[in-house]
Amino acid sequence: MELTCLSKGDGFHYPPCHMLNLSGFRILIDCPLDLLALTIFSPLPCDVGIEAYGQNDQNPIEKKQKLERQMTPDDLVSAEPWYKTIKTLHLWEASLIDIVLISNPMGLLGLPFLTQNPRFCAKIYMTEATAKIGQLMMEDLVSMHMEFRRLHGPEDSSFPWWTKNLDGEEVPSVLKNIVFGENGNDLGSWMRLYSLDDVKSCMKKVQDVKFSEEVCYNGTLIIKALSSGLDIGDCNWLINGPNGSLSYVSDSIFVSHHSKNFDFHGLKGTDVMIYSGFSCLQSAEITDSDCISTISENNDERLAASLLDNEESLGELEKLAFVCSCAAESADAGGSTLITITRVGIVLQLLELLSNSIESSSLKVPIFVISSVAEELLAYANTIPEWLCEQRQEKLISGEPSFDHLKFIKDKKIHLFPAVHSPNLITSWQEPCMVFAPHWSLRLGPSVQLLQRWRGDPKSLLVLEDGISSGLGLLPFRPIAMKILQCSFLSGIRLQKFPTLLSLLKPKILLVPDVVNQRINLSTVKTKSILSYSENKMLSVGRIAENADVEIMAELATKLSWKKLRQRENFGIARLKGDFVMENGKQRLVSGLDQEGSSGKTRSLRHWGTVAPETLLDALMKMSVIGSIEHRRGENGAEGKSIIYITNPSGGMIETSEMGTAIITDDETVASKIFQAIDGILDGI
Amino acid sequence: MAIDCLVLGAGQEIGKSCVVVTINGKKIMFDCGMHMGCDDHNRYPDFSILSNSGDFDSTISCVIITHFHMDHVGALPYFTEVCGYNGPVYMSYPTKALSPLMLEDYRRIMVDRRGEEELFTSAHIASCMNKVIPLDLKQTIQVDEDLQIRAYYAGHVLGAVMVYAKVGDAAIVYTGDYNMTTDRHLGAAKIDRLQLDLLISESTYATTTRGSKYPREREFLQAVHKCVAGGGKALIPSFALGRAQELCMLLDDYWERMNIKVPIYFSSGLTIQANMYYKMLISWTSQNVKEKHVTHNPFDFKNVKDFDRSLIHAPGPCVLFATPGMLCAGFSLEVFKHWAPSPLNLVALPGYSVAGTVGHKLMSGKPTTVDLYNGTKVDVRCKIHQVAFSPHTDAKGIMDLTKFLSPKNIVLVHGEKPSMMSLKDKITSELDIPCFVPANGETVSVASTTFVKANASDMFLKICSNPNFRFSNSSTQLRVTDQRTADGVLVIEKSKKAKMVHQDEVSEVLHEKDHVVSLAYCCPVKVKGESDDVGLIKQLSEKISETVSCADEIHESETCLQVGSFKGSLCLKEECVHRRGISSSCSEVKFLCCNWSVADLELGWGIINAMKQNL
Repeated sequence: MELTCLSKGDGFHYPPCHMLNLSGFRILIDCPLDLLALTIFSPLPCDVGIEAYGQNDQNPIEKKQKLERQMTPDDLVSAEPWYKTIKTLHLWEASLIDIVLISNPMGLLGLPFLTQNPRFCAKIYMTEATAKIGQLMMEDLVSMHMEFRRLHGPEDSSFPWWTKNLDGEEVPSVLKNIVFGENGNDLGSWMRLYSLDDVKSCMKKVQDVKFSEEVCYNGTLIIKALSSGLDIGDCNWLINGPNGSLSYVSDSIFVSHHSKNFDFHGLKGTDVMIYSGFSCLQSAEITDSDCISTISENNDERLAASLLDNEESLGELEKLAFVCSCAAESADAGGSTLITITRVGIVLQLLELLSNSIESSSLKVPIFVISSVAEELLAYANTIPEWLCEQRQEKLISGEPSFDHLKFIKDKKIHLFPAVHSPNLITSWQEPCMVFAPHWSLRLGPSVQLLQRWRGDPKSLLVLEDGISSGLGLLPFRPIAMKILQCSFLSGIRLQKFPTLLSLLKPKILLVPDVVNQRINLSTVKTKSILSYSENKMLSVGRIAENADVEIMAELATKLSWKKLRQRENFGIARLKGDFVMENGKQRLVSGLDQEGSSGKTRSLRHWGTVAPETLLDALMKMSVIGSIEHRRGENGAEGKSIIYITNPSGGMIETSEMGTAIITDDETVASKIFQAIDGILDGI
Repeated sequence: MAIDCLVLGAGQEIGKSCVVVTINGKKIMFDCGMHMGCDDHNRYPDFSILSNSGDFDSTISCVIITHFHMDHVGALPYFTEVCGYNGPVYMSYPTKALSPLMLEDYRRIMVDRRGEEELFTSAHIASCMNKVIPLDLKQTIQVDEDLQIRAYYAGHVLGAVMVYAKVGDAAIVYTGDYNMTTDRHLGAAKIDRLQLDLLISESTYATTTRGSKYPREREFLQAVHKCVAGGGKALIPSFALGRAQELCMLLDDYWERMNIKVPIYFSSGLTIQANMYYKMLISWTSQNVKEKHVTHNPFDFKNVKDFDRSLIHAPGPCVLFATPGMLCAGFSLEVFKHWAPSPLNLVALPGYSVAGTVGHKLMSGKPTTVDLYNGTKVDVRCKIHQVAFSPHTDAKGIMDLTKFLSPKNIVLVHGEKPSMMSLKDKITSELDIPCFVPANGETVSVASTTFVKANASDMFLKICSNPNFRFSNSSTQLRVTDQRTADGVLVIEKSKKAKMVHQDEVSEVLHEKDHVVSLAYCCPVKVKGESDDVGLIKQLSEKISETVSCADEIHESETCLQVGSFKGSLCLKEECVHRRGISSSCSEVKFLCCNWSVADLELGWGIINAMKQNL
């Protein structure tokens, strides 16, 4: 088995990407896009416009000044956005990928780039919910991009011309780092966005699965998606093959209020576990020894219970409640709220909480959801009880919708619009209001226009995804008078819980990212070996299982003719002829067409032991073959041999030594008699 | 190992489906239904056969319910709450959501209207449903260490599943009720090609073969339309879920198209509530419905209203869906009592009516009066329409499924004996699969698949996966076949796992030294004409390929030739020990010194004889 981590990713919206070689099959796990890199582009409408690019003939002093000063919106690239894909993925030949596993909708966003390749022929697996939500997200991305094109005008260059302007010294290093990468070789990873047709043809190649559904690839690998709890339909993978079992565990959430919980029981006791939860590194948690002390617990149930404590999930609810209260406060003060979060589970929960809190208060503010896929996504969310957490499944049993937004939409408290310029939007528009609008990068979609509208209003509130404000995200909107609330929701396994999880799952071999291994001491975990992997370095793991198993069909096994050995009584041996098949990940021997049953000649073809010439002569005598023995000593340490000259019934001789016996005659009957005699002396098969 | 299939209900009959299958020691109960046509103790399956002591928890590993119809789930609260079974119960998400409605509806009808004593209470239903573990399609569930179950889409009603169960190497499928064709709101049954020891199939329509159902849908719509156009009232007795929604979709759609304003009623709030479930469970409906649901949810019926008791005698036409189906009791029967005497009215009976119900009486023949359960007689002058499309598969569907799965054995349940017997004959004769039709209380035992597990050596596996191509020139085409056979030696040692090795490895496994037994002979050959050594070898190889049948590939190189393990090379020695009789003095004779292994014993002699002939 070989693992290459192609990208560590960055948080929820940019999951890690791995290439795995298992049982001779090449498996790509996730194919994300680095959408945070979109922030290098300038959003539209741009105050400065294209003229900003005429700055190449500045004098050197100005250039120098530009290096030292703070970045301004003019520094951003004013062009139709390109998209940053996984750099090293392009180095792999697409036709050599056998399987693609997609763990969540974010991991799907880059896939159309791969499936565009006519040589691409891998089987793609993802959960039904991931496929549906992922497709909607891609469609939304395409439609927001098209909107941008409409305003900006199309550029059909197949070369990212805008990078030419970024070579200069005066370009801020933040920008350069994103565009060219730290080593300066990221340029090849920039791609033009795919089209709706690309998305459609990509999705046609997908085989969707349910949680815990076993799909069999090529008769050899049994692949199973198990809920990761991160968001609706997100999963970890379990792969069983003839050479052992492997689990791929990525960012997971133990107790969720929207999605099905992290199903870790199904991942117990695998031969290899690949852990790729990178988001645990984002929080500055101190990982001292107190977390290790919990491992002394040996009871699986208590370990599981300690993982499932609801402290975390309560914390998440508090965060949501806080967002709600902030939004309500702004509304009270007459300000609007813009929520750019697009994590499906969080949006659904927030929508539910906000509308319920408005309902119960005297506030009368409308909620708008502006997205080309809002209607479909919200309708879909109420038809998938199987993918949701238990409390929401209970709602199905009592005949209530899984998420409460349905009745608010009916009562016109929540308004859905595909775009800002939708015909009915202006008639129902009313401020203050609360708006859910993509895209979280603040470069595409309705969030841009709304932010430009409200940025000067100190009463309004902007709710952001984590990590946006620290980078270039807010640059084009500065100065901002709006209140800004940056939310960091739980998006993975906490570092403290990781050792406890490991002592429950007990993998034989554990593969962890080097960065995680540095942060936490895993030496106390009872695992045969812990290997750490780093980005873009191939890690080879030796053979997992000691011996491969083979299953022999009972009907075939009963037909075997067993041989007892003269020398070794504990052994029984039998020749077996059958058809070797690989089905459901198991190697099997089944009865073939040409059965050589007991009726066939049972002549031994392999022999072992030695032949004493005297014994052989005696045996031959009984078959009335007569001869005489001559012993020859070996010369110069060579082996000695004995020769039996056969005189009757016809001529011939037998040479016998430690190594073997040769029958030399031209008489077939004599030869077969001699062979029979030898067969009677030696053990053979 | 064997699989025992004990039929507790629905053996050679329809009603109270319940089959208990023992696979390698694990007992699984499929369905736990009640018989709608029985009022006595025969209503429930005879659970006492399973355990005399009443300790079902230790006997039964799990109960799996295929769908929410009363004849499949009706006895479950009785079994869990009254008989005291506490183990796991599995059913699909829709079945878990909808079963309580069905059970509660039925309980109310039985107790409130017919005044029967309660066999289980509302509280029983609630606590029974709490024990249910929901299943998703194709989700593979490990019930315990050995038992694995998986559900497949069955189509019959919303949430109906077929169940695959596997213990060790033995596997079975219990179909429950299924439909092999797509209908108005549900898809057709869908299952993987599985390796099965036993298939337990329903056989409601074991001898009927149906064509397209569109003409029959039209017949139904026209019958209803004719009735309301003539000012009559149409009564459609049906259970709360399933047929009611399907027929209502049909009518609602027709009403829209024909712009009919006659009201369609649902008899109780219950069915309207059921529509709510249908809307949420859209992922279990047909592809067509799923695709359209964002813009128009087909379970948002536009023309449907709630029915009030006072409307029974209201003038004017209407269509009424009333529970329960089969006119076995309750509100539908009450309405029937009032509406049946008028020739303007219509009773449309969907689906199968169990023997003993009023519905069954109406369907078998054209009675002018009907006895109700409490002894009152009702004149029947209204029209009777039997809805001739059914969510059950027909005989062709059963045959198709059986052919597709090719199980080693098949057991038929849930059907009428005569037609089941003729289907059995058909299956045995056409598909050559042993088929059983057990009656209630009978057990069928069949053998199960087992595999012997062994370790395989790398060399063996490598040799196994090497292709073994055979090329044959048949007439004009070159045919290539891969005749790969696994040829190895199975070695067992006391108290150790068996080991599968290649024959070359046997001695190593046994810690012995190989002893090669071979044959050798220095064979005289005659030189024809003036040919050199290379020419001689050519001549010989031609000769061999002509006369020796199994000599496929002959390799020649200068003064040697090789066929399989047979090696021959021109012998230049004056006196070879392997030579017999003839001396080398004759100039026209050359010698080919040959040796071959015992594996190619016959081949070797064949070649020697061929060369001798040449002499």
